Amino acid sequence: MQSQYLKVRNQSLLVKLVGISGFMFIFAVLVLPPMYEVLCDLTGLNGKVSLKQFDIGARSGDTAERMITVQFVADVDPKADWAFKPKTRSMKVFIGQTHQTSFFVRNPNREAVITQAIPSVSPAQATLYLKKAQCFCFEQQQLAAGEAKEMGLIFYVDPDIPEHLTTITLAYRLYDITDRMKPSIAETGESEHV
Amino acid sequence: MGDHHKPSGIKRWLLTTNHKDIGSMYLIFSLVMFLIGGVMALVIRAELMFPGLQLVDPNFFNQMTTVHGLVMVFGAVMPAFVGLANWLIPMMIGAPDMALPRMNNWSFWILPFAFTILISSVITSALGGPSAPNFGWTFYAPLSTTYGPASTDFFIFSVHLMGISSIMGAINVIVTIFNLRAPGMTLMKMPLFVWTWLITAYLLIAVMPVLAGAVTMMLTDRHFGTSFFDAAGGGDPVLFQHIFWFFGHPEVYIMILPSFGVVSSILPTFARKPLFGYSSMVYATASIAFLSFVVWAHHMFTVGMPLAGNLFFMYMTMLIAVPTGVKVFNWVATMWKGSMTFEVPMLFSLAFVILFTIGGLSGLMLAITPVDQQYHDTYFVVAHFHYVLVSGAIFGIIAGVYYWLPKWTGVMFNETLAKWHFWSSVITVNILFFPMHFVGLAGMPRRIPDYALQFADFNFLISLGGFGFGLSQLFLVAVVWQACFKRKGKAVTDQVWESAEGLEWTLPSPAPYHSFTTPPLVK
Repeated sequence: MQSQYLKVRNQSLLVKLVGISGFMFIFAVLVLPPMYEVLCDLTGLNGKVSLKQFDIGARSGDTAERMITVQFVADVDPKADWAFKPKTRSMKVFIGQTHQTSFFVRNPNREAVITQAIPSVSPAQATLYLKKAQCFCFEQQQLAAGEAKEMGLIFYVDPDIPEHLTTITLAYRLYDITDRMKPSIAETGESEHV
Repeated sequence: MGDHHKPSGIKRWLLTTNHKDIGSMYLIFSLVMFLIGGVMALVIRAELMFPGLQLVDPNFFNQMTTVHGLVMVFGAVMPAFVGLANWLIPMMIGAPDMALPRMNNWSFWILPFAFTILISSVITSALGGPSAPNFGWTFYAPLSTTYGPASTDFFIFSVHLMGISSIMGAINVIVTIFNLRAPGMTLMKMPLFVWTWLITAYLLIAVMPVLAGAVTMMLTDRHFGTSFFDAAGGGDPVLFQHIFWFFGHPEVYIMILPSFGVVSSILPTFARKPLFGYSSMVYATASIAFLSFVVWAHHMFTVGMPLAGNLFFMYMTMLIAVPTGVKVFNWVATMWKGSMTFEVPMLFSLAFVILFTIGGLSGLMLAITPVDQQYHDTYFVVAHFHYVLVSGAIFGIIAGVYYWLPKWTGVMFNETLAKWHFWSSVITVNILFFPMHFVGLAGMPRRIPDYALQFADFNFLISLGGFGFGLSQLFLVAVVWQACFKRKGKAVTDQVWESAEGLEWTLPSPAPYHSFTTPPLVK
């Protein structure tokens, strides 16, 4: 019933519209998440701290006279039952100086696990100013059965931090990533036996 | 074309490519979903009638709020609009049928499967099986990923199917409108219902794929080791909310724009005056659609965005009040000094204008960031979106059904029953949703099966309204049954309503199986 001309026009519009929806799907899955990641990295929007190491030598300017309270929070993956806690819950520190603290972790189980600590800073505005020179969160931690260990953290607070921020909280959650790392646990397991 | 070559029995409906058959199936399907979703709402209201836990356990309550929302949004409102579009767009633009009839058949027949999958998990759960989806219709990660029940995968598949169905429906609408308009029917002569649907269709093809992307990422997070929304692997659950609402806010307008179109068709007929400000209506619709892409984070004022973000989304959201206000004032101006009569479609349209505006005003309150941080996740939000969706979108659909039903069936529906339907609905809908503003402002949280004692009286009243509103819809079922299946009522003229204008009223009543086999000339 439809003329040939109309059929061609219908199909070419159909192809374009399917193209738009295909593009939007790819945009949602492949473009939006990395875009969000980059945006948050640049602005510290979501309180997610970069897992990049900062060079202490390169820290800006002099020590400020100002002090700031840094609180530490530690918790674990709800599916796990490790003990994980900060050495001190709160420190009053000079801005611009490096400070050291540590976290204790113990794996009470009979299985070895690989864990990853994910840091988060609140308020999110402080994210960009809390810099870590050394952190256990830069790498995955292996915990043998029954193993307990102390994990170090060296950080400083950038002097550019806005004055109204007087307390910042650095929270770590320790996740079980053994399943994700299955192939590598097999490898390291073998090398330990040697 | 003379012969109506159509198979009989079930095959007629399974294989049909006729826009009227498919439109009817969409509308009946959406009525069934409206009743199923309504029963779930009544379970919610029955549980909340008294403080304490009486009927269902909290997990089942959560499943009810979740699936009620999903069924109403994707099963009732959206298919009803596609049904109206199928019936009316070809008749309004002087076309013989939809442009892509086979795809039309496919996009409808996907839906029953999608909802069978979704609702089967609720039935299993009600019979004592494992939990149905219980994370709210917004399915935020990690509730739907790390903590989602096994049936979440059913839900994901069913959302994929719904998405494919509505994308195909939207594509069909766009191709029909662009390629099948009668000679002389320029874009700016199209009825407003066609215009609003054209814009809605573009919103659909832009954001339904984003929803499909969101559930796909959920699926890979759940089963294939990705961490889009999982902090353990470097993802972020807040990203889910951004992606969801990037879909979700345009979705809100998808669910209201066609109702705007319906009401803009009905008011001029019964006010016996042409629509005031036609072109400003078109531009307002387009502006609303455009703005809907830059306001999504107003659903997320409490996730801890920076001040600049909060302010941006607050101002953009308030800006939407301008084109929406243009529409409301145009409707009022259309009626101003008109010779109004109050037939049933007009009654529902008037209720729409008033009650939708109430919903819009509470929306404006929620747009203010510091205020929203108080109202977030309370019953105030529930009151707001039910005013715009029930007394907005659904009243618009019902008004449209009553307006065009005589054209579809050739007989006038039972006006007494329909008036009963209107008055019982409009009274109970306010008893149902208005007190929710008060309990919400006083701090009653949504999605919780129990509440503090001071909310008891209002909740009892709300539940009474809920049962009243639910039962009122049986009038609608009765009217539709009599008109469509019994063909009871007196025969109507081609024009049906005294001063109805538009190409659809030039066709005989009931509308012939094929609409315009030779295109009419539009002057």
